[in-house]
Amino acid sequence: MPEIRDILEGSQIAGARMIRLIEDNDPSAFEMLKSLYPYSSRAFIIGITGSPGVGKSTLINALITQFRKLDMKVGVIAVDPTSPFSGGAILGDRLRMQRHATDENVFIRSMASRGQKGGLSRATKDTAVVLSAMGYDIIIIETVGAGQAEFDISSLAHSIGIVSIPGTGDGIQAVKAGILEIGDIFIINKSDRPKADAAVLQLEMMLNMRDTRGQRPNHAVTWAPRVMKTIAQKGVGVKELAHTFLSHFDFMKENNLIKPKKDAIEKSYFNSLLQDLALEKLLLFMKSSEAYMEVLQKIQSGSIDPLSAAESVVDNLMVTRNLKVTRKSNDF
Amino acid sequence: MGVAKYIKDERGSIKEVIYQSGIKVKPVYGPQDLEKAGFKYEKDLGAPGEYPFTRSLHPQSYRSRAWTTRQYTGFGTPEETNERFKLMIANGQNGLNVAFDLPTQMGYDSDHPLSQGEVGRVGMAIDSLKDFETAFAGIPLDRIGSGLTINAVATIMMAMYQAVAEKFGYSKNQISTTPQNDILKEMIGRGAWIFPVEHGVRLVGDSIEYAVKELPKSNPVSLCGYHIRESGATPAQEIAYAFEIAKAYIDNVVQRGIKPEDFVGRFSFNFNVYGNLWEQIAKFRAARKLWAKMLKNEYGVTDKKKLFLRGLFGGGGSGLTKEQPENNIMRGAYYALGAALSGAQTTALCSFDEAYTIPTPRSALLSLRTLEMLMDEVGLRDTVDPLAGSYFIETLTLEMEEKIIEEMKEVQKMGGMVDCISSGLIQRKISKQAYEFEKGLQSGEYKKVGLNTHATDGQAEKTDAGAVELHEYNEEWATKSKANLKELRRTRNDRDVKDSLKALEKAAGCSDNVMPCLVKCCHAYATVGEMAGVFRDTFGEWNEPDFY
Amino acid sequence: METKNKIRILIAKPGLDGHDKGAKIVALALRDAGYEVIYSGLHQTLEQIIQTAAQESVDVIGLSIMSGAHLPISEKLIAMMKEKGLDDIFLTVGGVIPYQDIPKLKEMGVSEVFPGGTSFEEITKGMNRLF
Ligand SMILES: Nc1nc2c(ncn2[C@@H]2O[C@H](COP(=O)(O)OP(=O)(O)O)[C@@H](O)[C@H]2O)c(=O)[nH]1
Ligand SMILES: [Mg+2]
Repeated sequence: MPEIRDILEGSQIAGARMIRLIEDNDPSAFEMLKSLYPYSSRAFIIGITGSPGVGKSTLINALITQFRKLDMKVGVIAVDPTSPFSGGAILGDRLRMQRHATDENVFIRSMASRGQKGGLSRATKDTAVVLSAMGYDIIIIETVGAGQAEFDISSLAHSIGIVSIPGTGDGIQAVKAGILEIGDIFIINKSDRPKADAAVLQLEMMLNMRDTRGQRPNHAVTWAPRVMKTIAQKGVGVKELAHTFLSHFDFMKENNLIKPKKDAIEKSYFNSLLQDLALEKLLLFMKSSEAYMEVLQKIQSGSIDPLSAAESVVDNLMVTRNLKVTRKSNDF
Repeated sequence: MGVAKYIKDERGSIKEVIYQSGIKVKPVYGPQDLEKAGFKYEKDLGAPGEYPFTRSLHPQSYRSRAWTTRQYTGFGTPEETNERFKLMIANGQNGLNVAFDLPTQMGYDSDHPLSQGEVGRVGMAIDSLKDFETAFAGIPLDRIGSGLTINAVATIMMAMYQAVAEKFGYSKNQISTTPQNDILKEMIGRGAWIFPVEHGVRLVGDSIEYAVKELPKSNPVSLCGYHIRESGATPAQEIAYAFEIAKAYIDNVVQRGIKPEDFVGRFSFNFNVYGNLWEQIAKFRAARKLWAKMLKNEYGVTDKKKLFLRGLFGGGGSGLTKEQPENNIMRGAYYALGAALSGAQTTALCSFDEAYTIPTPRSALLSLRTLEMLMDEVGLRDTVDPLAGSYFIETLTLEMEEKIIEEMKEVQKMGGMVDCISSGLIQRKISKQAYEFEKGLQSGEYKKVGLNTHATDGQAEKTDAGAVELHEYNEEWATKSKANLKELRRTRNDRDVKDSLKALEKAAGCSDNVMPCLVKCCHAYATVGEMAGVFRDTFGEWNEPDFY
Repeated sequence: METKNKIRILIAKPGLDGHDKGAKIVALALRDAGYEVIYSGLHQTLEQIIQTAAQESVDVIGLSIMSGAHLPISEKLIAMMKEKGLDDIFLTVGGVIPYQDIPKLKEMGVSEVFPGGTSFEEITKGMNRLF
């Protein structure tokens, strides 16, 4: 079992073991996270997202180099999908960042999505808490598929980089609906390919037209999203990109945008915790209750249908047993 | 890896045969098959020695000359390798195929931390010209050609070969060397790459350009479909990818203002022979034809001799089994038969113990004898292209040609070989196939005698059968290399080394050809690690793409 | 999130040998058997392998070695794992391994040895024996 003290001192082995407990949904992780949480607000969290193959991992590899030049400690969380067939996964993002493996100020962690997307975003957040408590200045989270409701990177990161590539036709490929709204920095990677400039122009045009109503209410100043070109493999444009992320961070600080962002991140963390805990605990509680067994027998004997039965168990719990829930929850 | 899929009916008769390249084989072939395929003698075969060379590159083929045999040798120290070279030449070998240890292949000196435990292990350790002087002492470099099994730093070894020849009083016009120098296939298969793709291709281009201008008898590139096949490609892909790789190199050299006609005749190939016998034979016949057609039609090459697909058809390492290693002796003989029936100009055979170790002298000799039996004893020299006109073989050759073209078109559609390798498309495709083949082998879908069919049960298989003797790694190789290196660094002229490396750095950094600078570095006794280090600093290292 | 504990394996290619077909197909087979596989890529130093295993908190390191250097490499890695406090990670070795070397590897502390030609089924069985 990893020690809180070791994690706070930045021990990679302790931190990694802690993350393993989180991934495996080990009950002890929860208590430990509580102790780590107060130390977790210092890191600047960057989300890098985009379709598979656009060069996210390669780009992160180059970003690590840049942040290291500024003497910042960098943590990376790279999420890859679990095979829906076998439940296994090959976690390949790390392959591109492997030259940083022996840098003691870099920590790279691959995570498999393991099925449910909601749970993933919580595990990712938990992991970010650990990395931040370990003392990493920058945390980069790589995920596939921006703007998908199941896994909303914007509820995790301070700054979102959306990666796409010049299209084979005209304009850009792989900019899906809904991501224009969440991006802070739009990256046209593989700009060694033809039509990169066209892609930049097109993206800028789309950004000008984007609907920002309701996005950032009541703030006089808002960050104007940037569009940048990179060639990740060669590191071209990556220094500028790293600095743009940092200037976004500065911008947020100067304009008092950190607090609202933090509030939003915490709210969404709280919501996902609530959802997980409620489900986990109440379900367990209900299943172990007498009413559950009774109703189940009724269903099996045909005297009640499953729909009415479920409703009655929950209603019953809410109306009469809520006090007991509060007390019982300490047992978990 | 297995050979072909056989689907049987309830009574056990073979209902369907599907080759790895995806070709279905009929139970019986007749004249109507040739007619249906549009077979025309003049167009598809021609006389042996005539375009498109399907039958043979030479009108008399083995009648005038038996094939040339090559064996992969070289291990431990340059001294030991030199002894082995001499023994092989005394045994009738007419060319040498030199193996280098991994540090040399990866451009590290014997005293580099990453070389630990690897010095001299899978080939000889070369740190500087001093080692080449020892390895090639007393070898008639004007008569014996040398294949150098090296890729990422092939330019360095080619320069060193010239330097050693010059040291021994030969001129660069007399020597004949064939470095493997096929970096793109390393990125698909064998994994001995260092620099990013575009720099790797540029170095290949430099060596070709240099050979065109300065080394009239050397063949700067040996395109290895062999390793692509070993990595899991089908026979059709083996040829298609090798040809697409060749095109990538040709394009690089053409950009330098050199005509294809001036260098494509120096390309040689290295193809694999394991698998289904007929598929192999059709593969080689189709490849000869397609290469000639491609050079003529796409690159405007007119000189007949420059249309030849020269090369070594042999090896077959992936076909060997660790189980019952002696079976590999017979297996190798059948592979060699396939090569002979295809009119292989040059051949080599994996030794039966290769699944375990680098060949011992005994197993290497057995391979050589196997090849000699075919030529001198059982009649493979009797007549040219004995299978020509077979309804089956000719139909299959045409089908194979089509499959190869199909695979080539796919690569072109994806932006050519350089792009396909940078993005990992080819690697992904091949590793997936390798996985599927392996599953088929394990499930018994592909048959392998002694492994999943006709296996003798029992302990014998789980021990290293007495027939195989193993090389012990000798720590002394490293100790000795390191001592030599220390001595070299003490005695050489540091000024010369520095100056020559500076010049190399300059050439590498702009688009000057690095070869002349490398020759100077070698003469100054700069080490392989120092020269490769200049490239590493200038080019960076490759980041391999994922494979799944 | 699934609560079932997944086994995490690092498939690593130590040293200069570039024959990676075996490592890659084993990685694919393990994925299909439900494991989470991290692939190191080629030309890894033992330091890189150790750090990767630590950061990824894997249960198993699977080395693939085709150059014949399996004995010295395993020995050194095991020593490094002990020093780093990572000796609770299982080490398995595959590749060109003569049968006669298997007892030597096991004696060093290698948990399972999978010589070339070991079936996927035997490999997963071997892995499962560890847990
Ligand atoms: N041409 C080109 N290829 C790139 C560039 N960046 C990455 N790649 C390649 O794109 C492929 C996918 O990269 P990867 O980082 O794995 O993408 P990810 O799936 O988004 O993480 C790899 O083969 C990279 O080498 C670039 O700037 N230009
Ligand atoms: Mg990635």
